[in-house]
Amino acid sequence: MSATFLLDGQPVSFEPGQTILEAARAAGRYIPHLCWHPDFPPHGSCKLCIVKVAGRHVSSCAMPAKEGWEVESDTPEMNGERRALLQMLFVEGNHFCPSCEKSGNCQLQALAYDLEMMTPRFNHFFPDRPVDASHPDVLLDFNRCIYCELCVRASRDKDGKGIFALTNRGIHKHLVVNAESGRLADTDFSADDMAANICPVGVILHKRVGFAVPIGQRTYDEAPIHLVAMRPEAAGDD
Amino acid sequence: MIEQRKLRVATVSLAGCFGCHMSLLDIDEHLFELLDRIDFDRSPLTDIKHCGPCDIGLVEGGVCNAENVHVLREFRANCRTLVALGACAVNGGLPAQRNHLDLGACLDEVYRSRPGLACAAVPNDPELPLLLDKVHPIHEVVRVDYFLPGCPPSGEAIWKFLADLVNGRTPRVTGPLLHFD
Amino acid sequence: MSAEVPQALIDEVLRTAGSTPDRLLQILVTLQAQLDFLPPTLISRLAEQLGMPRSRVEGVAGFYSFLHLAPAGRYRVRFSDNIIDRMLGSEALMATMCANLQLRPGVPSADGRVTVSTTSCTGMGDQGPAVLVNDRAIGRLNHQRVMEICDLIRHDAPLSAWPEELFHVDDNIRRADALLSSPMVAGSALAKAVALGRDGWLAQMQASKLRGRGGAGFTTAVKWLACRDAAGADKVVVCNADEGEPGTFKDRVLLNRHADLVFEGMTLAAWATGARDGLLYLRGEYAWLRPQLEATLAARRAAGLLGSGILGQTGFDFDIAIHLGAGAYVCGEESALLESLEGKRGTPRIRPPFPVTHGYLGRPTVVNNVETLAKTCLIARDGGAAFAATGTAQSAGTKLLSISGDCARPGVYEYPFGVSIQQVLDDCGAADVLAVQVGGASGVTVAPYEFQRRIAFEDVPSAGAFMVFDSSRDIFEVARNFVHFFAHESCGFCTPCRVGTALLKGYMDKLAEGYGALQDLADIDWLDRLLKNASHCGLGSSAPNPVVDTLLKFRPAYERRIQHADFQPAFDLDGALARARQMTGRDDAGAHFDTGMGATR
Repeated sequence: MSATFLLDGQPVSFEPGQTILEAARAAGRYIPHLCWHPDFPPHGSCKLCIVKVAGRHVSSCAMPAKEGWEVESDTPEMNGERRALLQMLFVEGNHFCPSCEKSGNCQLQALAYDLEMMTPRFNHFFPDRPVDASHPDVLLDFNRCIYCELCVRASRDKDGKGIFALTNRGIHKHLVVNAESGRLADTDFSADDMAANICPVGVILHKRVGFAVPIGQRTYDEAPIHLVAMRPEAAGDD
Repeated sequence: MIEQRKLRVATVSLAGCFGCHMSLLDIDEHLFELLDRIDFDRSPLTDIKHCGPCDIGLVEGGVCNAENVHVLREFRANCRTLVALGACAVNGGLPAQRNHLDLGACLDEVYRSRPGLACAAVPNDPELPLLLDKVHPIHEVVRVDYFLPGCPPSGEAIWKFLADLVNGRTPRVTGPLLHFD
Repeated sequence: MSAEVPQALIDEVLRTAGSTPDRLLQILVTLQAQLDFLPPTLISRLAEQLGMPRSRVEGVAGFYSFLHLAPAGRYRVRFSDNIIDRMLGSEALMATMCANLQLRPGVPSADGRVTVSTTSCTGMGDQGPAVLVNDRAIGRLNHQRVMEICDLIRHDAPLSAWPEELFHVDDNIRRADALLSSPMVAGSALAKAVALGRDGWLAQMQASKLRGRGGAGFTTAVKWLACRDAAGADKVVVCNADEGEPGTFKDRVLLNRHADLVFEGMTLAAWATGARDGLLYLRGEYAWLRPQLEATLAARRAAGLLGSGILGQTGFDFDIAIHLGAGAYVCGEESALLESLEGKRGTPRIRPPFPVTHGYLGRPTVVNNVETLAKTCLIARDGGAAFAATGTAQSAGTKLLSISGDCARPGVYEYPFGVSIQQVLDDCGAADVLAVQVGGASGVTVAPYEFQRRIAFEDVPSAGAFMVFDSSRDIFEVARNFVHFFAHESCGFCTPCRVGTALLKGYMDKLAEGYGALQDLADIDWLDRLLKNASHCGLGSSAPNPVVDTLLKFRPAYERRIQHADFQPAFDLDGALARARQMTGRDDAGAHFDTGMGATR
């Protein structure tokens, strides 16, 4: 018999070394996440996947499961804290869904639907962030960045290019591209790069296809993220 | 048994497009049901100019100028329950996308330096409300009790929300009814 | 200066500081020391020569406060902005300097000569107000000294030609116990440990019950054993000299006066674990200590206390290199420190795995605090049992306290663990005390009714800071200073800390500016809880500590700032019309908000 832990009271079996989130997924159980991606090692920055184990909060994407643990995830307390983390992400950037072409395909928005985030609650930062439209095929709208670093990781570890990196720190942290000019057009970025197709929000956008699928008929218009994220093909999900 | 008196409801559009009000009309036949339960106070539907004591205030739009602030304060002072209705009231929406621009530069661009202006000056008629340097969602200016996002929220969402509120349930709009776009 | 950096300079720096990506931070620090700033073309050329993406070089350079990607002047004056420096008048002195040099804080002077700005605590709380000028520290600042500095800057005097007296730093040792009172001949502790053999030495360490002095209090011998037993032969000993906690400076004193004890402690750790490489991570604020530390290392090499075959033991090979930080508090967190040592942004790692198995460059690594390592010399000299005989049941030995603030005799005090806070206050000459902040910004705010509590891991733990506030002080402003500190020092990796510290700062400023409402206190509680629960590392989870403690113990300091019963906007509504008034030329009644009207709702 394999080792098991309890997730919200239900047993979940796991292999040694498997994280709580991975084991839960393998068992068909969804734990919310934004920066976690099946093709990459855990990152642990968004904190949406926090769960409670023996009174302590841990990132389920990074914490190896242990025999006998009682893990709380889908509880009013954890979902309340997750909602607050989403609210933080919404107020620190400029997230105007009605004018965003990622609307309906955006994981941040979809999680906010799932967790019933009705208001950003806090005071908005309204930061001044530029848009980089220099590249022929791809637009960068930094207003929506949530610092999951999936583009950084994909470009560095999969595309072998290092197109993206983070600079500065704290609330001033932001993405930069690999060019002295700061322009994406002056890099060897390609719309076929994995990094061009991994953004969970509306920062990295392919030009000329924005509204090919009308608002209202998009991924998360059709099904909630807790179902979409569990589909086998969700890996490279747009 | 609590007496089923009619609830008084005020509505207004601040820095909005009246799209949320249009959506309110989209509840179609439910309007009759609703009107059995409520009376409208100040609203574009009544042409009452100032909000009196109300049970519910529905505010569409964000806060972009001095008049918006006065009206919003009047609503807060008179409405027991204040609702942010729609994307602009909830997070500033489209008008708030001017927030990274300097207001002076905007006014200059529009009223002073654009070619072909007959009288190049920023209007200063006291009848015109002054603009705030930034557009704010209403919860940054007054306390807000409930929020219904959407651009606009659908008629179904508004009906579900109001039906909850009028019947004393905590409003809950979820699943396919909850949209930010 | 020209934006073009001579290739010869780059080549020279790469030759001395190393030319691999893991050396990046040291390369940037070395270049910054010789340049006004790191221009874009330099970043590009470095990336090319190191064979790494330019974006990553820019990302690292942008992380550290002391590295500048835009012109910052030949003189970079940084006022230590800890609450203690403020209490000693730093803000007025900085205003004086800015006026004298005709510049605005944080903005280079028109002639590009100088920038005056603030920085987090520079570790000079016993002799503040303090500034850093480039990599030199100046304490005991007063009006006359500020004028002197302005004159030197105006006359373009190179730092090397400034009067040496300006840079004099006192050790201010006020109470010496086991560690500070007993001079030790370099190598004598090591000789004893070597005579015991590696296992015998570890047994003494276990018997000593020594716990880490950096704050967490992990048992040192357990760490060493785990590292020794970890897979991989290439072990590393790291000394954490990133003493960034506001209000602490005892490591500065140890490094200045007892560097041999620190390096000997590192060598003792190497003897126990089998490590061959030692790294001392020196915070950028203490860069001025580096020359003398290098000299001590050279002397130890010459004496056969570092290098191969230490003390004649075949196979006991160990040497120590100094790495410089560049203004980032978070690098005091051990996994962020390792990232920084590897030349990267100081982002704390996911744990497990822990450094003892996967540390510097993936190698098993022991990371110990300066004071912890120095203490191991006492254990080698006197034996573990003797060490364990002092202190309390769970806190063996002595503790160095950095005492500053409202007291007659600020400085370093060494006490056996278990000393009461009241005793310390009596000894340092503190009267009419309102509160003591023990353990720095991330520590505990202790109120008078708790002054009988003891400094010990089992009661009030402390990494060493002990800041005293008398009844003339406003404890809210103390907490607000710390909240600003955490917001400035958050690495920005995780959502709760990156956004939460910025939001908390916003709420504290709202209260300070007179817009406080009752709802704000509830929001602050909620943010405190999110930070504590959901943060990735100790910085985020301890960031709300000063607010949590002061709200609990000094609530009226907040309540008197609550101007409004219910709700109040966080910004000045009337001020938000100022730009429109200016553009329209209006000043009629309608162009203003009646601040009395309905403002409370």
